[in-house]
Amino acid sequence: MLLKTNFMRWAGLFAAMLLLLVLMSFSIVYGYTDTTWKMAIDAFTQFDGSNEHIIIQSVRLPRALIAAAVGASLAISGVLLQTLTKNPLAAPEIFGINAGAGFAVVITVTLFSISNLQLFTWVSFLGAAVSFIFVYIIGSIGREGLTPMKLTLAGAAMSAMFASMTQGFLVINETALEQVLFWLAGSVSGRKLETLTAVLPYLLAGWIFSLIIAGKLNVLSMGEDVAKGLGLKTGLLKLGGGIVIVLLSGGAVAVAGPIGFLGIVIPHLTRAVVGIDHRWVIPYAGLFGGMLLLIADIASRYIIMPQEVPVGVMTAVIGTPFFVYIARRGFNQ
Amino acid sequence: MTAGQAIATKDLTLSYGDTIIINELDLEIPKGEITVFIGGNGCGKSTLLRSIARLLKPKSGAVLLEGEAIARLSTKDVARKMAILPQSPSAPEGLTVLQLVKQGRYPYQTWLKQWSTEDELKVRNALKATGMEELRDRTVDSLSGGQRQRAWIAMTLAQDTDTILLDEPTTYLDMTHQIEILDLLFELNEKEKRTIVMVLHDLNLACRYAHNIVAIKEQKVFAQGKPEHVINCGLVKNVFGMECEVTIDPLFGTPLCIPYGKGRCILKGQGFQG
Repeated sequence: MLLKTNFMRWAGLFAAMLLLLVLMSFSIVYGYTDTTWKMAIDAFTQFDGSNEHIIIQSVRLPRALIAAAVGASLAISGVLLQTLTKNPLAAPEIFGINAGAGFAVVITVTLFSISNLQLFTWVSFLGAAVSFIFVYIIGSIGREGLTPMKLTLAGAAMSAMFASMTQGFLVINETALEQVLFWLAGSVSGRKLETLTAVLPYLLAGWIFSLIIAGKLNVLSMGEDVAKGLGLKTGLLKLGGGIVIVLLSGGAVAVAGPIGFLGIVIPHLTRAVVGIDHRWVIPYAGLFGGMLLLIADIASRYIIMPQEVPVGVMTAVIGTPFFVYIARRGFNQ
Repeated sequence: MTAGQAIATKDLTLSYGDTIIINELDLEIPKGEITVFIGGNGCGKSTLLRSIARLLKPKSGAVLLEGEAIARLSTKDVARKMAILPQSPSAPEGLTVLQLVKQGRYPYQTWLKQWSTEDELKVRNALKATGMEELRDRTVDSLSGGQRQRAWIAMTLAQDTDTILLDEPTTYLDMTHQIEILDLLFELNEKEKRTIVMVLHDLNLACRYAHNIVAIKEQKVFAQGKPEHVINCGLVKNVFGMECEVTIDPLFGTPLCIPYGKGRCILKGQGFQG
C-alpha cells in the first residue's frame, strides 16, 4: 500500500482528479491534426468555424470524455465483480458481458441491416444485461446458491457461446463484418457526444451507487458467513452489485465496444496504491481507469501514424503481461 | 443458576435437501454460561450452531433469541445481540487487525451515524481483552494461527453482544494456543457474564471449560448437562462409538476421557484387548 494515511489518500484523490483533467486536455490537443493549446482554448471561447476548431469540438472533446467515462466505468465494475465473486481474475469480459453485447450488435446488423450507431448503443446495452443475467442465474442454480466457481464457469461458457455465434454470423454475412468490425475491436474514437449522453445517466447512477455500497462491500469481503453474522443482507447486496455491474459495463461496452483488461488490471493496481478499503478503492479505481484509457487512446494515435491502433488492442498489450502476473501470484499463495 | 435461557430452539428441523440433519429439536441454552456442543463428525453440531446463528434456514421450527424468534427480528438487531465466529474464517489479503476489529461495529452503523466515540471505545476494549493492541496495525495474513484467531475473536467482541457463538475456535491450533483461546473465552464468560456457545472436538477440553455440555447424536440431543453429570463411558460409547475409561482430571477435577485403542503399552497386561 502506497498511501497509508487518510490525509495522503485525500491528497492523492485530488491529485488523481487533476491528472485526469490534464490527460483529457492532452487528448484534446494532441493527435493527427496539428492543433495547439491556444486553438483548444479558442475553440471553446471564440469558436471561428475553422477545421481545427471543429475537430476539437466535435471529435477530440467527445473522444476524451468518452475515454474517461468508459475507463472509469470498466474499472469500477471490475472492482465490484472481483469482490462479489471473490475471484481476483474477474472482469466484465470474463463474465460474458462483452461477448453478449457483441453478439446482440452483430445480430441486429445481420438480421435487420441496421447500422445506426445510436441504435448500436441500446442493442449492446441490452445484450450485456441479458448475458450477465443469464450468467448470474446459471451461477445461482444448485444447492449452495451463488458460488464464485460456478459464476466464473457460467461466465466462461456464456462468453465462448456468444463469441462463436458472433463469428458464425460474421462468416456468413461479410457486409455486416465491415460494419461492426470497428465496434468489435473496441474504440473510443468516431463516436458523437450523443452516444455518451445516451448512457451517461446509467453510468452516473452506477458510479454513485457503487460508492454507496462501498462500506457494505468491505463487510462482504470478510466472507459470506461473517458478513451475515454481522447483520449484512448479503443476497440483497449481491443483487444490487449485479445491477450496478450491468449498468456500468453494459453502458461502457455500448459506447466503446468491448475493451478488455481494464477491468482486471485497474482494481489490482488501485489496491496496491490505497489498500483494500472499498470506500477508497472505488473512487481511485474510477480515476485510474479513466486515466489509463486516456493514455492508451493518446498512444494509439502515435504508434502507426497516420493510422490508429484500436484502443482495445492497446489495453490488451498493456493488460496481458499484468494478467499473467496476477495469475501466477494467485497460484503461488 | 437461574439466569434463564439465552437461546432456545422449538421443534427445530434442519436439512440439506432431503437429508434431515436435526429433527424436531427442543433445546435450551442457559444464559451467562459456557455451552459446548459435542458429537461425532457429521452429527450436525456445526449445522445446529449455524442455524442458531441464522446462517442456515431451518426446514421447520424456530430459533428463539431471548424469547423472540430470530426469523422475525431484523438481521442487524440479531447482530447486536449475538455474534458468530464461523469455522476457519478468512480475511482478505492486506486487511489489518484494526480494520478487522472495526468491522465488528457494522451492526451499529446507520446512514446518519457512521462512526462514534462509543464504536472507538468498544474496538479499543476488544483489542485490549484479546491482547491484540500491539498487533493492531499488522495484517491479519501475517499473524500466527493463534494470533489470527484472537483477532477474529476481538471482532466478535467489538460487536458487543451478550451471546457469542464459535464454530470450532481451536481448529488448526497447537495445544498451547488451544488453551490460550479457551482461557480467553473462559475469562470473557467469568468477567463479563457473556453467554458462550461453541462446538469443540476435544472432549477433555470441553469438560474442563463447559458449564453445560450438549451431546448430539442421530438428529437429537443425546444428553445435556454439567460435564461431571453427563460424561461417562456409556455416553462416549454411544455418541462417539468409542471404548474408553472416564477418570478425573488430576488438575481440574473434571471428567477425563482416556480412549482405548492400539498403541505402545508399557503397563504389561493392561492394554485393551477389545
